[in-house]
Amino acid sequence: MAEESFLSDDFVSQLTAVGEVDILVGLPTLNNRDTVQRVVNAIIVGLVKYYPRERCALINPDGGSKDGTTEAVQAASIPDFRAVLASNPLRTMHVVSAQYPGVRGQNEALRMLFAAADLLGAKACALFSPDLESLTPEWLDAMVRPVLKDGHDFVAPVYQRRRFDGLLVKNVLHPLIRAAYGYQVEEPVGREAAFSGRLAAYFLGDESRREDFPGLGAHVWMTTAAMAGGFRVCQAFLGPRVAASKRSALDLNTTIQEIGGSLFRCMEIQQAYWTSRQGCEQVPTFGFQPVLDLDPLRIDRRRMYQMFRTGVDQLESVLEKILSPATLQAIGEISKAEERHFRFPDDLWAKTIYEFASSYHHSAINRDHLLQALTPLYRGRVSSFILENAGAEAEEVERKLDLLRQDYERLKPYLVEAWNRQT
Amino acid sequence: MNELVVRNLREALTAVSQIVAQALPRVLAMVIIIAVGWLIAWIVEVILRRLLLLARFNRLFESKGVTRALSLAALPSPSEMISRIVFWIVWVSFIMAGVNALGVVALQREVADFVSLLPQFVVAVLIIFIGVLAANFFSRAALLAAVNANSPSPRLVSGFVRFLILLVAIAMALERIGLGYGVVLVAFGFLFGAIMIGLAIAFGLGGRHIARRILERRFAAGNRDRREEKDDEGSHL
Repeated sequence: MAEESFLSDDFVSQLTAVGEVDILVGLPTLNNRDTVQRVVNAIIVGLVKYYPRERCALINPDGGSKDGTTEAVQAASIPDFRAVLASNPLRTMHVVSAQYPGVRGQNEALRMLFAAADLLGAKACALFSPDLESLTPEWLDAMVRPVLKDGHDFVAPVYQRRRFDGLLVKNVLHPLIRAAYGYQVEEPVGREAAFSGRLAAYFLGDESRREDFPGLGAHVWMTTAAMAGGFRVCQAFLGPRVAASKRSALDLNTTIQEIGGSLFRCMEIQQAYWTSRQGCEQVPTFGFQPVLDLDPLRIDRRRMYQMFRTGVDQLESVLEKILSPATLQAIGEISKAEERHFRFPDDLWAKTIYEFASSYHHSAINRDHLLQALTPLYRGRVSSFILENAGAEAEEVERKLDLLRQDYERLKPYLVEAWNRQT
Repeated sequence: MNELVVRNLREALTAVSQIVAQALPRVLAMVIIIAVGWLIAWIVEVILRRLLLLARFNRLFESKGVTRALSLAALPSPSEMISRIVFWIVWVSFIMAGVNALGVVALQREVADFVSLLPQFVVAVLIIFIGVLAANFFSRAALLAAVNANSPSPRLVSGFVRFLILLVAIAMALERIGLGYGVVLVAFGFLFGAIMIGLAIAFGLGGRHIARRILERRFAAGNRDRREEKDDEGSHL
């Protein structure tokens, strides 16, 4: 009832007109006029092509766009392209745009979607970014089918990535979530996701949803909450992800603060689950994943290395409050190595992340400061990773990442012990 | 003659004994008030400390970093500090009452002056304390920001922020207790001006080559640098 009262009267009356649906697609927007029309078209073609018999609705929570985004969404719903499709929809496709209240961005948009899914009794919900350039109708099917046809509750995406792309995911998020939560989900912070109506209702009722997760932090929360809630998790291969806005290109420090902080906070909320979780579960992966060795991304490794050295040298007084003396000493020693011989070993990196997580939990210092102190160390790890894999093939890189994941898993008792330690 | 001396001595002794007889109960009363006050203050302190520990009062401040900041400022834990402050407030109140019980007008005036100064002193201590906390917090924030922005001399920036905040806090505290208001103001103005002039001269004359390089990098090659920075920042998520 409280959630219904949070929805505006206009939005509720639009939803009432829609009635019950089988598939609900969420498309949160904020000034995405240039790209959103193409995304909406791809979604509608996907729904018409793959789910002509299902009742579908597209919900567009908008953060107050000034560039005519919502008008573009409504305009894109005109079904002038249906003639080209082999199958015509047997039901009406509803498109509902509504402005979400508050200033919490993605959190409020998701809250609207969960509430809408609950009210419309949706069986499957999918979430897409409005700036996606690589979205095809097949993505919709890949995300929705595991929920609608195979009874899964949460579908995480798997993207085809270029070498050295997504290094924060590969070096921190994936191995940490895998070791702690016991699920091998490759993209725990995927901008796309699908979930069952049952899980949407759970998300809506979960108290931790009220946390103020910044930016993409809400996606970290969705993934970990589904795992901790015991829901059936799987992943679907989508292909290369190309977005119009390179959000992560803005500021590495902010990205680490948003995503790292959200993950540490989620671990705090869900500590009863993951501290007692044993083993690691392979989740089903849907779709065909070709082995492609795409060109590596250009990263200034030397600059990363120099910033790491400066950080270790200048931040000693901060790091000694976060890291154990042994870890700090080991980092100090590797920072003295010559650039071409520089290595940040896997086990030392896993310990570093674990100690940051537990220091965050114990509030060893101000939490924003703690996350900022992680950035130079992460730069060191990235520099070392690129140096090690400069000439390696995709398979070789994957094999080395597997070794890193094993170190994370092997050291999980170290994390639990540090986490539970009384200060 | 002898009788006169004896009579005068007897009168003097009588007067002294009368003064002593009049003052003794007051002194005794003062001693008893101060002693009882100490006992009451001690009991209040012990009870308060226990209650605060039972209520896990310190944990309220741990997440905010206050406990750590207190220890950095060489101060006890929040519960210990509050207990001690309450002890002194209670006992000083009894001491004042005891001194008043003596009935000496001059002493009463001094006590009144002291009492009127006490709140200012407490406020001054509070200002210094908040200044230390703020200096620690903002200097660390400046250090982290400078390191992550790849700025030259992050520690120098951090130290300057700390120094400036502490300087302002000390100036405010001294002004609060009325210690040389004019002197503090002038000294502060001179010091601040000297630092700024020093920096300007050092930057303009001593470091003119560095300044030129910095300005060139900032304006001429700024766009290229920013583009490069974005390139290496854009592949992590």
